Amino acid sequence: MSDTQSESTEKEPTPPAAKFDLGGRKAPLGESQVWLTAMGLALGVLMTLGLLGLIFVKGLEVFWPHPIAQITLKQDSTATLSDSNILAGPITETRSIKTGDTTREEIQLMVGNRDVYRLSFHFLNAADVVDTTYPEDIVLAERMEYGHAIFYPKFATLADGTTIPANGPGFAETLNRLAGETADRRKVIADVKSDGMGTQNRKILKAERKIRALERRGKATPEKIAALRETIATAETALVPLGAELDALNAKQRAATLTFTLPTGEERTQPFGEFVAFTYPNRLSIFGKVGHFAHKLWEFVSTGPREANTEGGIFPAIFGTFVMTLLMSIAVTPFGVIAAIYLREYAKQGVLVQWVRISVNNLAGVPSIVFGVFGLGFFIYVVGGWVDQIFYPDAVAENRSVFGTGGLLWASLTLALMTLPVLIVATEEALAAVPRGAREAALACGASKWQTIQRIVLPSATPGILTGVILAMARGAGEVAPLMLVGVVKVAEDLPLDSVFPFIHAERKFMHLGFHIYDLGFQSPDSEAAKPMVFATTFLLIVLVIVMNLAAILLRNHLRKKYAVASF
Amino acid sequence: MLDPSYIKIQDFSFWYGAKKALHGINMDIPESQITALIGPSGCGKSTLLRNMNRMNDLIDGVRHEGDITLDGTSLYDPTVEVISLRKRVGMVFQKYNPFAKTIYENVVFSLRVAGRNSKKELDETVERSLKGAALWDEVKDRLHESAFSLSGGQMQRLCIARAIANRPQILLMDEPCAALDPIATLKIEELMLKLKEEFTIVIVTHNMQQAMRCSDKTAFFYLGKLIEFNDTKSIFETPKEAQTEEYISGRFS
Ligand SMILES: Nc1ncnc2c1ncn2[C@@H]1O[C@H](COP(=O)(O)OP(=O)(O)OP(=O)(O)O)[C@@H](O)[C@H]1O
Ligand SMILES: [Mg+2]
Repeated sequence: MSDTQSESTEKEPTPPAAKFDLGGRKAPLGESQVWLTAMGLALGVLMTLGLLGLIFVKGLEVFWPHPIAQITLKQDSTATLSDSNILAGPITETRSIKTGDTTREEIQLMVGNRDVYRLSFHFLNAADVVDTTYPEDIVLAERMEYGHAIFYPKFATLADGTTIPANGPGFAETLNRLAGETADRRKVIADVKSDGMGTQNRKILKAERKIRALERRGKATPEKIAALRETIATAETALVPLGAELDALNAKQRAATLTFTLPTGEERTQPFGEFVAFTYPNRLSIFGKVGHFAHKLWEFVSTGPREANTEGGIFPAIFGTFVMTLLMSIAVTPFGVIAAIYLREYAKQGVLVQWVRISVNNLAGVPSIVFGVFGLGFFIYVVGGWVDQIFYPDAVAENRSVFGTGGLLWASLTLALMTLPVLIVATEEALAAVPRGAREAALACGASKWQTIQRIVLPSATPGILTGVILAMARGAGEVAPLMLVGVVKVAEDLPLDSVFPFIHAERKFMHLGFHIYDLGFQSPDSEAAKPMVFATTFLLIVLVIVMNLAAILLRNHLRKKYAVASF
Repeated sequence: MLDPSYIKIQDFSFWYGAKKALHGINMDIPESQITALIGPSGCGKSTLLRNMNRMNDLIDGVRHEGDITLDGTSLYDPTVEVISLRKRVGMVFQKYNPFAKTIYENVVFSLRVAGRNSKKELDETVERSLKGAALWDEVKDRLHESAFSLSGGQMQRLCIARAIANRPQILLMDEPCAALDPIATLKIEELMLKLKEEFTIVIVTHNMQQAMRCSDKTAFFYLGKLIEFNDTKSIFETPKEAQTEEYISGRFS
């Protein structure tokens, strides 16, 4: 490098004598560092963008409707399905497989109909394909169970026995109308179950527990028991009409049926109650596709999962992640800030403080699963155990745990502990960056040390502290390993926030996007079916982290303007 | 009768760790006058000034010998509370350092930390202090704007207003005009002449004209030692020490 430099300098003709010699060269020869650093940055940015791009495209592609191909195979093909050489489904992937010297194309087809074919995906050799068509009247149906169905509808049988043939006009609207009706009824059923029956069942459970508790303590007077039994009896009578209503609704769900033929030839009949939505993918215009895409995306972020999480939405996981990250930030901020204030402002700077600081920094390098184990051992077994002993003695007597088991609160605290070093370090930096002039001015006005910290130092350090919170949030939101020990579950029955007193249920187990990704990708019975969901969920996790960070950044910029430090 | 030894510095030495910054200073600073501390950079002027309100306590590893008494009380008496001391001794720094608050809140800061929050008192203090610092007319319509919206000279006058808000008895000023232009400097000098009726002022300055124009007494320091201390007129017209003469005539090497 230096050789070429000196050579080229020599070759340069001597410039005419300038008035001021600024030592300028014609070409920026010496700045190889610029290129090196720029290349390093470019590489980093490229890789990050590549990863984000992949997740973005793959994650959103899931919701885009794909046309359904009907494929006819050679008579002697080995890839037949249900003894038929005609199969249909969206082509999800085509890949080349090399065996020895020969390469062959393999097609992955999402054939659906898992109740009949047992697997949703089918692989076939491209060389076996005789014919590929995209029939207009093939239907893709989402179902409550067994994944998608792909079929040619024959006729619909309504509750009163009339049949509507599929080849008649407006059959697509009929399908949508019937699906809409069942969807509405499904909501009513859910309400009856959770609000109606759930309330009564909770009453019964509570009364029963009370009776047992009274008996255990020997305080069971006949009057009290009688009153409680009365409550149970009332609740049970209230349940009877609700049960009847539920039966009636369920019967209605089964009354209307759809009869259809699978591409492989089987004819089947299924009640409309088992379907969620119908589309004719090969008929969709571009607007139809966009509409379908938007609808599916909205459904994904706003509804709960079905079928071992491989279908439906991920709202509970989004909500769980959000609430947990928020609780974690609320928990970690005061601790981190207080610790940092002590370390930076009060502690006598010496060997001991230096050691504390080193230990805190090293805490950041401890594998997160270790924090999970600590959370399990300390928060859940010890602290949770105490809480149960003191506040829920009846639960303990019946071998139930309230706080003595994993839950939202313990998960948040565990992650708060894990992200504490990040916040302490950031806060210390922020405190150190407050100019000495500002502190001295406050002290010279007769402020005490604490008043100076509280009124002058902390406000100007707030933007820096928020940077720490942002970093902690980003780290905490994406963490999975420790959560598996302290309260995350695959499917949570209830959200941690609802309309039942006391509204926030910090002891409840919850769903989390990070764990959801792990669960879908590695614990799912049909990993091919789950793959698109993994991308979509990852995409949403990233979006959530970005949104939360943006909120914090906006707040920080606002505060930065407010507490700007004069520069001189 | 004004006390000619209002602040009494006796055999005062000061160390930053192993470095001795002041060597046995003896000085009597009179009440209600302006005393200027002059001398080349690093000679210990700020160190001495910052000891008069014990601002140097904040630095790790400092040590002193000798004593400074204020109106007869030793600053280092164990019964002296630093906070009440600093309420009696206001300070203006070389770099103007208003807080990231409104002009109003800057001025009343010392009252707020003393727990005095009555609106009437605060309003009165703001007006009196800003008038005292010759800033009132310029900012009276924007008291609730950020202090950072002011110019440098205005900010320094705001710092003076802040320092006198609590009616201290002594005002310490460490090169208050170092960062200001000549017009702003003149304003602050006029201000000092006005303020000395009410406060005892000790000012550190590198500007000989300034010391000559507004101080009553001048002390010349060199390498941590007090070389000469006398009436300003005598120091500048008939200096006794050769070093003093060299310094004030600008022939100092
Ligand atoms: N915080 C400190 N720690 C260690 N040494 C210090 C500290 N502050 C000042 N000193 C030293 O003490 C000596 C006197 O410093 P001081 O600030 O009092 O000088 P000064 O006369 O105010 O100079 P200037 O005119 O440049 O402000 C200098 O040699 C300086 O290096
Ligand atoms: Mg100085």
